[in-house]
Amino acid sequence: MSAIVTILAGILFGLGLAFAEMTNPAVVLGFLDILGNWNPSLIIVMASAIAVGMLGYIIKKKQLKPLLSHSWQVPVMRQIDAKLIIGAILFGIGWGLSGYCPGPGLTALVNNPAEGFYFVIALIIGSGLHHLQSLSSQK
Amino acid sequence: MDTIFNPLVGGLLIGLTATIYLLTLGKVIGISGILSQLLFSKERFLPFLFIAGLIIGGAAYGTLTEQTVDFPEIRSPWLLIASGLLVGYGTRLGGGCTSGHGVCGISRLSPRSIVATATFMLAAILTVMVLN
Repeated sequence: MSAIVTILAGILFGLGLAFAEMTNPAVVLGFLDILGNWNPSLIIVMASAIAVGMLGYIIKKKQLKPLLSHSWQVPVMRQIDAKLIIGAILFGIGWGLSGYCPGPGLTALVNNPAEGFYFVIALIIGSGLHHLQSLSSQK
Repeated sequence: MDTIFNPLVGGLLIGLTATIYLLTLGKVIGISGILSQLLFSKERFLPFLFIAGLIIGGAAYGTLTEQTVDFPEIRSPWLLIASGLLVGYGTRLGGGCTSGHGVCGISRLSPRSIVATATFMLAAILTVMVLN
């Protein structure tokens, strides 16, 4: 059952990104270009997604545990540290360079493979570098 | 209306999916985190299904609606590689991306996610400013 929910969630999320045109880097770059020909549509995407998401957390408060799992696994860290800020800055620069964040980058493997291929290979390597770094710092 | 309809429906779908995922599986949707689980964790089956679904869903829209996706011309591989490296490393160091921090984190008013989202938005806007 978890498997069915997971793949359906992936498909719905992908459809949402596509409907919202977040899968199109030209639209994303248009949103980020506030001094140029600004396209504010992603504000509507974020606001409507967050509004529905907030309803989810209101329902969660009345629910003892998830329907298909034993316990909640929602992140509980509250500390704002240098890693969070530096990571967000690096991610933001990367996002601004191409208009791809991870989800739309992955869908570009099919939608625009000539771009998606390079982006996703580098995305995996970047993610792997961090993984190696955290492994070696644990030793 | 068309300019409002698509982002509104897309955003509602994204929020609805995050909510269903939360209330059934008890987890938040963060694409960068799910991808890194697929690559580096021992439990790869569910992350694989999610990422496969995401790619199918993202691709199906164009097929279903015959919408021609208005991509710019194919850009330099070096730009895409630099972008991918920064996005891959940065999202893991910062513990999330547009979905995990931007949507799911702000939905539960996580201070970390609000700060992270403001930071990566600003960094992305400045990057576009410099490039243009």
